[in-house]
Amino acid sequence: MSWFSRTFSSSVGRKFAMALSALFLIIFLLQHATINFLSVISADAFNEASHFMGTNPLVQFLMQPILIFAVVFHFIMGFVLEAKNRASRPIKYFKKDTGNATWVSQNMIYSGLVILAFLALHFIDFWIPEMDYKYVQQLPEDPDRYYEELVHKFQSPLRTGVYVISFVLLGLHLWHGFQSSIQSVGINNRFTPGFKKVTEAFAVVIPFVFILIAVFHFFNH
Amino acid sequence: MNIGDNFPAKLPEGPIANKWTSYKDHINLVNPANKRLIDVIVVGTGLAGGSAAATLAELGYNVKAFCFQDSPRRAHSIAAQGGINAAKNYQGDGDSVYRLFYDTVKGGDYRSREENVYRLAEVSANIIDQCVAQGVPFAREYGGLLDNRSFGGVLVSRTFYAKGQTGQQLLLGAYSAMNRQISRGKIKMYNRHEMVELVMVDGKARGIIARDLVTGELERHSAHAVVIASGGYGNVFFLSTNAMGSNVSATWKIHKKGAWFANPCYTQIHPTCIPVSGDHQSKLTLMSESLRNDGRIWVPKKKEDVEAIRAGKLKPTQIAEEDRDYYLERRYPAFGNLVPRDVASRAAKERCDAGFGVNATGEAVYLDFAAAIERYGKEQAHIKGMDENDMDLVRSLGKEVIKTKYGNLFQMYEKIVDDNPYETPMMIYPAVHYTMGGTWVDYNLMSTIPGCFVIGEANFSDHGANRLGASALMQGLADGYFVLPYTIGDYLASDIRTGKIPTDSKEFDEAEKSVRDQLEKLINNKGTKSVDYFHKKLGKVMWDKVGMARNAKGLKEAIDEIKAIREEFYKDVKIPGSINEYNEELAKAGRVADFLELGELFAKDALHREESCGGHFREEFQTPEGEAKRDPKFQYVAAWEYKGEPSKAVLHKEELKYENIEVKERSYK
Amino acid sequence: MDLKLKIWRQKNASDKGKMVNYDMKNVSPDMSFLEMLDVLNNELIEKGEEPVAFDHDCREGICGMCSLQINGRPHGPDTAITTCQLHMRKFKDGDTIYIEPFRSKAFPVIKDLIVDRSSFDRIQHAGGYISVNTSGNTQDANAIPVNKDDADKAFDAATCIGCGACVAACKNSSAMLFVSAKVSQFALLPQGQIERKTRAENMVAQMDAEGFGACTNTGACAAECPKEISLTNIARLNREFLKSKFG
Repeated sequence: MSWFSRTFSSSVGRKFAMALSALFLIIFLLQHATINFLSVISADAFNEASHFMGTNPLVQFLMQPILIFAVVFHFIMGFVLEAKNRASRPIKYFKKDTGNATWVSQNMIYSGLVILAFLALHFIDFWIPEMDYKYVQQLPEDPDRYYEELVHKFQSPLRTGVYVISFVLLGLHLWHGFQSSIQSVGINNRFTPGFKKVTEAFAVVIPFVFILIAVFHFFNH
Repeated sequence: MNIGDNFPAKLPEGPIANKWTSYKDHINLVNPANKRLIDVIVVGTGLAGGSAAATLAELGYNVKAFCFQDSPRRAHSIAAQGGINAAKNYQGDGDSVYRLFYDTVKGGDYRSREENVYRLAEVSANIIDQCVAQGVPFAREYGGLLDNRSFGGVLVSRTFYAKGQTGQQLLLGAYSAMNRQISRGKIKMYNRHEMVELVMVDGKARGIIARDLVTGELERHSAHAVVIASGGYGNVFFLSTNAMGSNVSATWKIHKKGAWFANPCYTQIHPTCIPVSGDHQSKLTLMSESLRNDGRIWVPKKKEDVEAIRAGKLKPTQIAEEDRDYYLERRYPAFGNLVPRDVASRAAKERCDAGFGVNATGEAVYLDFAAAIERYGKEQAHIKGMDENDMDLVRSLGKEVIKTKYGNLFQMYEKIVDDNPYETPMMIYPAVHYTMGGTWVDYNLMSTIPGCFVIGEANFSDHGANRLGASALMQGLADGYFVLPYTIGDYLASDIRTGKIPTDSKEFDEAEKSVRDQLEKLINNKGTKSVDYFHKKLGKVMWDKVGMARNAKGLKEAIDEIKAIREEFYKDVKIPGSINEYNEELAKAGRVADFLELGELFAKDALHREESCGGHFREEFQTPEGEAKRDPKFQYVAAWEYKGEPSKAVLHKEELKYENIEVKERSYK
Repeated sequence: MDLKLKIWRQKNASDKGKMVNYDMKNVSPDMSFLEMLDVLNNELIEKGEEPVAFDHDCREGICGMCSLQINGRPHGPDTAITTCQLHMRKFKDGDTIYIEPFRSKAFPVIKDLIVDRSSFDRIQHAGGYISVNTSGNTQDANAIPVNKDDADKAFDAATCIGCGACVAACKNSSAMLFVSAKVSQFALLPQGQIERKTRAENMVAQMDAEGFGACTNTGACAAECPKEISLTNIARLNREFLKSKFG
C-alpha cells in the first residue's frame, strides 16, 4: 500500500482528515455568519460583501470548489466512519447506559443528517439560483440584488422555521464537533479545558447569529 | 539421608562472592545455531515464567508458553503492591549484595540455601537495569533518578516501586519482552491452556499434556525441557490473597512424576487483610503492610464489650481507652505494632481464639488511626500556628495528613467494607499470602526430574521459612531473566543432537489417557455437591488446624480429615456440562483434586517439623513467652518424594550449612 | 435483598445466545458482585443446570480479567473500579440487573459472559515493547534521568489493566484508549524513543485490522475506565500517529 492509502485508510488518519475538513468548515461558517449578519445592520454593506464574494475569481474558482469538496468529503467520510463503527458492534446491548458521554457526542450522525437535509434546501434556495443566474442564464451582474433575494426567502414561516431548527442542530453538531476535531488533530494540553469553552461558545453564537438573521428578516419584511 | 547422595544440589565450591560467576564460567553452553533445534515449554507467565520465556526466546530457543488466563499479562504477579528489592545502594546508605543476602537469610529464619540467596542478591541490581530499559515506569525523584522506599525488617532503603502496583508494572515489562518474541515467532503463546500432565521419556521431562480450556480438547506438546513457573499454592486454604485460579496442579503433577516437594508447610500469613464478611466470601484482599506504621492494633479488654460490638449495640469509638487491649504494644514493647508479619498474625489469632474478635465471625481486630490522626493534627496545628486544643480542627488537619499517606488504601477499604476508616477503626485479619515451600530444585533450578525446571514462587529455593517484603518480585525476575537462561543450557547442551521429540510415542499416549480417564471420572460422577463445597471444606480444615499455629493433635486430625474429604470428593462431587467445551467447574475440580492431596502432605510436613520457624509455628515448640523456638536439629530442607499417595511420601533431608552468616535467635520484645 | 437478574447466555461462539431471567433471593449487601454470581452458580449446579460462565481471577481489581456490562455500564454503576470490586450494596432490593458480555466484533463471545480479548494481545505484539535483550549488561538504571512529570504521566498511562471496558463503553467499540495508553507510556520515556514512529503506526494498523471502530471523542471510555486513564493519551496517540506519517 502506498503511503497515502496507508495513512488515510487508517482510523486515526481518517479522523484526522475528518477533523481538517471540519476545521475548514468552521472557518467558513464564521465567514458566512459574519457576512450574513451585515444584512441585519446594513443592506448596502451586505450587498457589497456579497458582490465581492460572488464575483471575486479567487473565491469563485478556488475557495468555492474547496468548500464544496470539504462539504462532500466531510459527509462521505462521516458515513464511512459511521458504517465501520456500527459494524464494530454487530450485537447491540440490551441495556445501554451512555454514562458520562453527552447525547450530542453519541449522535453526531443524526445532527449531521439534519444538516445534510438542510444543505439540500439551502442549495435549492440560494446556490442553484445563484449558479443559474450567473453561469446558465448569464444575466448581467447587479451588485444590489443580494439583499432583496435574502429577504425574499424569509417571508415563508415554514422555511424560516426549518432554518431555525436546522441551526439548532448545527449548534449541537458544533458543540461536540469543534472540540472533537481539536482532539483528533492531536491537541490536548493544559489550554484545552479553556479552549473547550471557546468552542462551546462558538457552537452557541454562530447558530444564534444565523437564527437571528432568519427571524429578523421574517419579522422585518 | 542427605539429598546430596542421589540428587546433587550442584552447589558450587569457593568463596560465596565468586560462586555464581565462576559457576557460570564453567557450565556447558549451547551454541546459537543449535539453540534453534531445541524446544522449551514454559508453564505459567508471571514474573518468573514470562521473563524466562522471553529471555530463552531471545537466546534462540523455540519456546512454547502456557497460561490458563486469557493473556499472559493477567498472571497473579500483577497483584504485588509494594515493590522490588535490589542491592543498588542508590541511597548511599550502606547497602550491598552481602547485606541483601544477609537480610534475606535472616528473614527466612535460617532455613534457606546460602548459595541461592547470594546469587539472588547478586543479580538483583541487573533486574532494575533491565526493567528500566524495557520502559517500566518506576517512581522517580524530582532530579529524575529512581526513588526508593524502605520495607520491614531491614535497615536500608532498597525497595524500588511503581506506586502501589509494582507487580503489574514489572509483569507488563516481562509481557512486553514476550510480545516482542511472539511477534518474531520465537514464542508460541497458548492462552487459556492448562498443563494437566507432565510427559516423561526415558526418565526425562519431554513434554506436557495441556487442556485447551475453551474447547476442552487435550493437546500434546513436546520439548527438550519443561519449565514450571506456576506460582504458589496458597489457595489450598480456599481463602487467600491469591487469584481465584492460582493452583498447585503443575507442581503437583510433576511431584507425582518424581519431583520432590520441599517444605510444603512454609506459608506466609499476612497480618493486614480485610476480614471475611460471610460464607459467600471468595477471596481476601490485602491491605499494605505500611498501614502498621501509623495504625494501632487492638481488641476490647472486656468480653461484654465484644458481645455488644458484635450485636451492633456499641461502636468501637465508644470504648474507653482503658478498656482497650493494644496487645502488640503490650506483648512486644520494643517493636509494638511493627513486629514482623508472622508475629503480628499469630498475636491476632491468639486474641480472636480467646473470644475477642470484633466482627460477626469473631475473626477481626481493629487497626485504629485515631491516635495518629490526633498526633499529626496537633503537629500541623502547631506548625500552622492554630489552636492545638480545638479537637475538631486537629482531627481534620490530621485526616489530611493520613489521606496523603494512605488515601488510596483507605478508599479501597471503604469501597469493599463500606465503612469510613477516617471515622472508625479498620477491621483486619491475617490471610494466607505466599508459599515459601515448593518444588525442590538444585542450583540450576532443576527439579529431581531431569529436564524439568521450576522457577519463581513454585520452587522452594530462596526464602527459607519466611519471605521478606518486596523479595518475591525480585526472585521471580532473577530466576527468569538471569539464572535459568544460563543454567538451562548446562542441561540442554547434551540435547543438541536429539532432534524434535515425537508426540506419537507411547509415553504421550499413556499420559493423555491418564488425563482423559481422570476427566471422565470427574464428569461422570453423579454426585450432589459443587467443587467449591469441597474446596471450602478443605480450606476450613487447613485454616483451623494447619494455619497460623499448629499442634501435633490438630495436624493428625487434619491429615485424617483431608483424606476423608478427598474420598467424599470423588464420591459426591457434581460437575455439570461436558469435557469438550468451556467448563470452569471441570477445570476447578482438577485443581481441587490436587489441593486435596497437597493439603495432606502439607500437614504431614508440618507434623514432622517439630520446631517453630518463620511462618511455621508449632504450639508445642515455643519459648515461655510464646515465641517461635527453632531447633538446630531441623536445620534442613524437607524434600518429600511421592510414593503413590501423600501419606506414603518419603522424606529426604538436605542439610543447610551456614558458612557466611552466623545463625542467631530472633527477638522482638 | 431480592434481585431479578437478566443474564446473557450463549453456549459457545456459534450459538445465537439470549437473555435469561434468574431470581436471586437473600443477597447480602456485603457480597461482591462476582460472589453474588458464585452463589447463583452454586444454586444452578445443585439444580443440575449449567453455571453462568464469566471471566475473573485476582478479584482485587488489578488483573483485568473480569469484565461484564452491568445495567449498560462496563464494570457496573460505580466508578474507578472493576466488577470484582463492585459490591451489592450499590443495588436496591427488587432491582432488575442486566448482565451482558462486553460486546464488540473484536471481542467475540466464547461462552455466556466470557469474551475473547486476544485482539488486545495482538495489538501489543505489533509494537507494545521496547526492543532490548536481557543481558545483565544493560546500562545502569540511573544513567538516563527522566523528568518526574514525564515519569508520572508514563506511569499513569501504564496503569491500564487491559480489561476492555473502554471498548465496551464506546459506542464505536474503539480501542483507542487502550492503544493510546501503551503508546503514551513509551512515548514519554527516553527508552521508548527509538521505536516511537513504527510503534504508533503498527499498533494503530493492528487495532484497525482487528475490527475496532474509530474514536469519535465521546469520552465514554475514560469515564468508565477502572484506572481512570485520561483522554489526553488519545490526543497523544493521534499526534504520534500523525508524526509517524508526516514527521
